[in-house]
Amino acid sequence: MNLLANSSVPTFISAEKPAVEIVGLSHWFGKGIMRREVLQSISLEINSGEVVLLTGPSGCGKTTLLTLIGALRKVEAGDLRVFGCDLRGSSRKTRQLLRKNIGMIFQGHNLLRCLTAEQNVQMGADLIDGLSYRVRRDQAREWLRLVGLSDQMDKLPHDLSGGQKQRVAIARALAARPKILLADEPTAALDSVTGREIVDLLRRLAKDQSCSVLMVTHDPRILDIADRVLKMEDGKMVQPLE
Amino acid sequence: MRHLLQGRRIPLAWLLLTRQPIRLLVALAGISFAGILMFMQLGFREGLFDASVTVHRMFDTDLVLISPRSMSSISMSGFPRRRLVQTMAHPAVSGTTPVNWNFLLWRNPQTLVTRSILALGFEPTDSILNDPQLSYKTESLTKPGRVLFDKLSRKEFGPISEWYEQGKIVETEVAGKRVRVSGLVSLGPSFGADGNLLTSRETFLKLLPSTPTGSIEIGLIRLKSGYNKQSVADAISSSLPKDVRVLTREEFIDFEKNYWRTSTSIGFIFTLGAVMGFVVGCVIVYQILYSDVSDHLPEYATLMAMGYRLKTLLGVVAREGVLLAVMGYLPAYMAAQGLYALVRSSTRLPVAMDLDRSLLVFSLILLMCMGSALLAMRRLVDADPAEIF
Repeated sequence: MNLLANSSVPTFISAEKPAVEIVGLSHWFGKGIMRREVLQSISLEINSGEVVLLTGPSGCGKTTLLTLIGALRKVEAGDLRVFGCDLRGSSRKTRQLLRKNIGMIFQGHNLLRCLTAEQNVQMGADLIDGLSYRVRRDQAREWLRLVGLSDQMDKLPHDLSGGQKQRVAIARALAARPKILLADEPTAALDSVTGREIVDLLRRLAKDQSCSVLMVTHDPRILDIADRVLKMEDGKMVQPLE
Repeated sequence: MRHLLQGRRIPLAWLLLTRQPIRLLVALAGISFAGILMFMQLGFREGLFDASVTVHRMFDTDLVLISPRSMSSISMSGFPRRRLVQTMAHPAVSGTTPVNWNFLLWRNPQTLVTRSILALGFEPTDSILNDPQLSYKTESLTKPGRVLFDKLSRKEFGPISEWYEQGKIVETEVAGKRVRVSGLVSLGPSFGADGNLLTSRETFLKLLPSTPTGSIEIGLIRLKSGYNKQSVADAISSSLPKDVRVLTREEFIDFEKNYWRTSTSIGFIFTLGAVMGFVVGCVIVYQILYSDVSDHLPEYATLMAMGYRLKTLLGVVAREGVLLAVMGYLPAYMAAQGLYALVRSSTRLPVAMDLDRSLLVFSLILLMCMGSALLAMRRLVDADPAEIF
């Protein structure tokens, strides 16, 4: 079956522009004297279909950057455009529509405990408009098969191993057919072989769907899948070594 | 069409509730308990009001004439009997019965203690109650000084029915005058009257000589079939002077119930009981839904991060509320049926399930669950998708 059939894309998303454009983005946490700058004039671009890895010591602002791109936080200073849509001062509705096109894989997999693996993945597929229940369910099964969990479909997250849960989370993110995929250490809970399989899969699926990928990782073994590796330190982009 | 096609979704609300069966059972037990409490309090309330109209219900009548000054069965005023005769002019009227209604002192023939009893006086040839057996017994009333005693009257009036059934001649004093019990009827005590007796109009006037001539307290009007009671009542009402009130049988019953409902504390006490049941239920459902939302907050936040609308998630909580209401109501309904039967058999209070009350209790349970869901939703609005990374 074809999982890559044309999905509905909001009209404000333009294909020509880069998926993500960031100019001089800064962000602060806390208030008053506790106010701390976590991002300092970050500028970067991610083209559609590009796989970008983001590395750096913990606490350097990688996750904050990810949540800003994921339209989960308000932009405080600087320019952030996702699919050409300005996120600064954007409405709740705009951000919600945008999030439908952004796939997210969280550090803690965040599966719904009351749903089976298949139902969890279907929660992703359900975000696609205009498909019947049966089609969405079949797609969910297909994604689970692609991440190698076709025999675990009816299990609850409780009964799955950490790696299996992570793979369900990946299938769920992909099932919504995102235009950009944000992943926060997706391989952290996996052994090296599975981790490798997962990132290979991510890369292949991303390329097939011309979906951009921005992945935060500490794992040096997977750096080779990236089109580009970015390095952050203390809230600043460090020029990567060529 | 597009919405129909994608209408079916994962029943998230159902799964959220049922994947924690113990918590669900506790919630349902709480809701059912609140429902049973409301059913019982409202049932007692209606049962007691019903008990105030035991005699009213038995009258063989379609319309009732009363004085506008009458407030309830314990304070009936008289009006000219002429008015009842005038109603015969309406083509729909097939028959009328003038009834005297008053409280008299009955002396217990055993203990000689007197007690107030409701006496109804009427022409023995007229129809008064919906009781086919009665016409045989009323013949005896044509003799002066005879009364029919209500065998369901409270036992404080004396062992009248026992003595009568043993074949004894039962005589006692009513309002200071000697009467003989010439038969038994079954009416039943009500709020206003501990006991009842039926007698002829002639005997009634002898027992209560102060009654003005030509004055009655109640006029029963029977209609030919095929007429609308309400429109005939309106027509008669507009043709008569304002010194009488025309009520349909149902309005007459409501008139009495309304007195007890509004002029006594009975209604208030049982309404308060029902309100307490409602409040207890609210607290329980709110606790359940609030902790349910709190427990699943990261999951709700995840759904928001995935691009689900807040409205969709609020819909999930609302559906949880509806599910809890329906699942909690059914056992409450069943249990209330059983308890009503128990109350009927042990207290003779006419308590029964009726459609109005079952709908009312369901609406209250639904309101309780939806209100709690609404409060629990405030927690959901706090879900910050940025927190979960």
